[in-house]
Amino acid sequence: MTEIFSVFLLILLVITAGAAIRTTNLFVAVMLMGIFSLLIAINFFLLDAADVALTEAAVGAGISTVLFLGALAFMNEQEREQAPKRLAGLISVSITALIIAYATFDKPAFGDPNAPAHQDLAPWFLETTQSAVDIPNVITAILGSFRGYDTLGEVFVVLTAAIGVLFLLDTPSAGNMLKRDEGLRHYLIPRMVGRLLIPFILLFGLYIQFHGEYGPGGGFQAGALVAASMILYALLEGQDRALEVLPQRVLTFLMAFGALLFGGVGVIGILNGANFLDYSVLSSDPVAGQQIGIILIEAGVGFTVTGVLLSIFHAFVARGRTQ
Amino acid sequence: MLSHLPILQIVVPMLMAPFVLLIQPARLAWALTLATSTLAFAIAINLIPLAAGDSAMIYPIGGWDAPYGIELKVDSLSVLFLLIISGASTFVLLAGYQSLGSEIHEAKLNWFFGAWLLALAGLLGIVVSADAFNIFVFMEIASLASYILIAGGPNRQALPAVFKYLIMGTIGATFYLIGVGLIYIMTGTLNISDIATKLPSVVDQTPILVAAGFISIGLALKAAIFPMHAWLPNTYSFAPNMVTAFLAACSTKIAIYVLLRIDFALFQSNLTGHLLQFKVFLIPLACMAILAGAYMAMRDSLAKKIFAWSSVGQVGYIILGAALVSHSGLTAALLHSFSHALAKGTMFIGIGLLALQAKSGELSSFAGLGRRHPLAAIAITIAGLSLVGIPGTAGFLSKWLLIQAILELPTGAVALLVVVLLSSLMSVVYLARFLETLFFPPAPAEGKVTLPLGATAILLAIAFASIYFGLAPTLPMELATQAADNLLGYGA
Repeated sequence: MTEIFSVFLLILLVITAGAAIRTTNLFVAVMLMGIFSLLIAINFFLLDAADVALTEAAVGAGISTVLFLGALAFMNEQEREQAPKRLAGLISVSITALIIAYATFDKPAFGDPNAPAHQDLAPWFLETTQSAVDIPNVITAILGSFRGYDTLGEVFVVLTAAIGVLFLLDTPSAGNMLKRDEGLRHYLIPRMVGRLLIPFILLFGLYIQFHGEYGPGGGFQAGALVAASMILYALLEGQDRALEVLPQRVLTFLMAFGALLFGGVGVIGILNGANFLDYSVLSSDPVAGQQIGIILIEAGVGFTVTGVLLSIFHAFVARGRTQ
Repeated sequence: MLSHLPILQIVVPMLMAPFVLLIQPARLAWALTLATSTLAFAIAINLIPLAAGDSAMIYPIGGWDAPYGIELKVDSLSVLFLLIISGASTFVLLAGYQSLGSEIHEAKLNWFFGAWLLALAGLLGIVVSADAFNIFVFMEIASLASYILIAGGPNRQALPAVFKYLIMGTIGATFYLIGVGLIYIMTGTLNISDIATKLPSVVDQTPILVAAGFISIGLALKAAIFPMHAWLPNTYSFAPNMVTAFLAACSTKIAIYVLLRIDFALFQSNLTGHLLQFKVFLIPLACMAILAGAYMAMRDSLAKKIFAWSSVGQVGYIILGAALVSHSGLTAALLHSFSHALAKGTMFIGIGLLALQAKSGELSSFAGLGRRHPLAAIAITIAGLSLVGIPGTAGFLSKWLLIQAILELPTGAVALLVVVLLSSLMSVVYLARFLETLFFPPAPAEGKVTLPLGATAILLAIAFASIYFGLAPTLPMELATQAADNLLGYGA
C-alpha cells in the first residue's frame, strides 16, 4: 500500500516540478515550489524520516515560500521569454538525470536490511544513543552529539545567509520607513482568525523545540515555526508593529547569541579537559551531561534560526519602504 | 592545549564572527577581525612542527571516534594550505583598512567583517576536515561568505558577476554532495579514511563510478579549471580590491586541495583506469587553461581582469603538476600554490592600494601612478616577476620544479614544455604592458595623495617574501614534499 502511495506521490512530484519550470508566471512558480516541498516532505515521512519531513515542511513549504513572495513583491510577476536557452538547459538537465539514474543500477534495493548504510554505523548509533546519551530519538543524538560539529556548521551557514541579506539590503528599523505599514489591520476576519492562530503556532514551536529528544523536531524546525508566528503577526498588524515587538537589533543579537551559545557549549568541553563539543563534562554524570548539552545546543539553534528567518523576512518586506 | 590546535584553528575565527557583527565602530570591528586572523595564522604556524612527517594529527570532535563521529586530520598537506589561507587573510587585512573603508559603507563594515571571518573559518574548516560531508558544510560557509564579500563593493557590475558565481558554485557544491551521497549508499560511511577501506569491495559498481564523476566535476567547477572558469574573471575584477586579493590567494586552491585529497585517497588507487583518465582529461585541460588564461590576460584592458585571467592560467599550472601524478609533479603543484598565493596576493593588494588613486579600474587610469608611488610599484613589479617565474623569486622555483617533473615523462614532454615556456613569454607581455602603464607615462597632475604608509610597508614586506622564499625555500619546499608524500600514501 505504501509503495503505491509513494509512486503516486513521486509522479505528482514530477508533474509539479514540470509545471513549475513551464510556467512563466513567477507567482504560480513559487506556489508550485511550495507544493513540491510539501510533496517531498510527505515522501520523507513515508520513508520514516520524520525529522527531515518536518524540516522540509516548515522551511521548504512554509518559510521559503514566504521569502520568495517577499522578493517577488519587487519584481515583475511575468517572466521574460527566453526560448533558446531553455532547450540547452533541458538537454543538460536530462543528461544529468540519466547519469544519476544510471548510478542507481547497482545500488542496494529499497529497504534492504543488508545495505551498507545499515551496517557498521547504524547499530553503533542505536546502541550508543541508549547507553551514552539515553534519549529515545536517535536522530537528535546523531545531529546534536555524534555529528554535532556538522550541525554547528549548518547554524553558521544560516547565520551567513542572514549576514548576506542584511549586508546587501538595508537593515529595517522603525525610524527609516517612509510610511507606516498597516498590514491587514482593516480586514476584520483574517485579523481575528490570525490572532487566534498565533499563540497555538508559538506553542507548537516551543513543543517541537523541547520535545526534540523524544519525537521528531529540534531547533531548526522550532525556529522556523516561531518565526512563522511572528511573520503572521507582521502580515496582520503591519511590519512596524512587528518591529516594535522584536526590533532588528534584538533579532541581530538573537542570531549572534544562538550561534555563540552552541559554540560556547563546545568550548566548555575544551576548558574541562575534554574535546570540543564533548558534552559529557557538563555534569558529573556523563549521560546527564550529554542531555544538558543537547538541550543547550538545540536552544542555540532555535535562537539563531528564529533571528535569521525574521531578519531576512523584515529586510525583504522593508525594501522599497526605506528612505 | 596543543592537542586542541586543529579545532581552535576553525573555532576561533568562527566564534568571533558573531561578536564582530555586534560591534559598531568600524575600526574596532577591523581590529578584532585582524587580531582573530593573526591568531589563526599563529595557530597555523604552530601546527607546522606538530603535523610534520608521516604523523598526522587526529582530533575526534566531541570525543566520538571516527567513523562514528567527525574527526579533523592535520598533516603537512593541510598545514601548507592552512598557512596560505590564514596568511592571506591576515596580510590583506593588515594592508587593507583604507582600501576597504573607501569601498564599503562604514555602517555596514561590521557585517562585512563578520562575513570575512566566516569565509576564513569556512576555508580553514574545509582543509582540516577528514569527513566528506563535513567538507561540504564548510564549503557552504566559505562559499556563501565569499559571495557576500564579492558583492560588497561599490561596483554594481559585481552583482551580476557574483550571481553567476553563486549559480556555478551551487551547482559545483550540489554535484559534490550528490557524489558523497552515492558513496554513502555503497559504503555507509562518510569518513574519508573509512571510505578508503570499504571502497575496494564495491568499487566497480555504478554508484561509485558516477560518484567519482560528480565529485570531480563539482570540484573542478569550484576550482575554475578550464573550461569551467567562466565565473572567475568577472568575479575577481568587480569584487572590492582587498576581497580579490584574499580570494585570489586561496579560494580556488582550496577546491583543488579537496579534489586532490579525495581523488588520491579514494579513486586513484581503487578505480581501474582512473589514473589514465585523470591524466588524459586533466593534462590537455591544464594546457588549454594555461594558454587561454595568458592569451586573455594579454588582451584585457581592466587592470584587475588582466590578473584574474592570469589566475585561470596559474590554476592550469597547478593542475598540470598534479595531473602528472608523480611525486615531483605534485611537489611542484603544491609549491606553485604557495608561490602563486604569495605573488597574486601581493599583486592584488598593490593594485588595490594604487586604486585608491585611480579613477576607474581601466588600465589607463593607472597611468603614471608608479612614478608617484615607487614603493608600491616596486612591490607590484616583484610580484609580477614571481608570476612570470624570473630566477630568484618563489615563482621561478615552482616553475622550475614543474619543468623538471615534465622532463621525467616518457612521452609528450616536449609539447608540455612548449606550453609552459610559451605561456611564460605571454605572461611577460601582459606584465610588461601593466608595468609600462605604471612607469612610463607622466604622473597625473591632479589628486595627489600619499598612500597609507603602514599598508605600503606591509605590501613591500610580502613582496620581499616572494624573493625570500625564492632564495631560501626550505619551509615551503619541505611542506610541499611531505604533502606530496601524504597524497601518494594516503590510501595505502
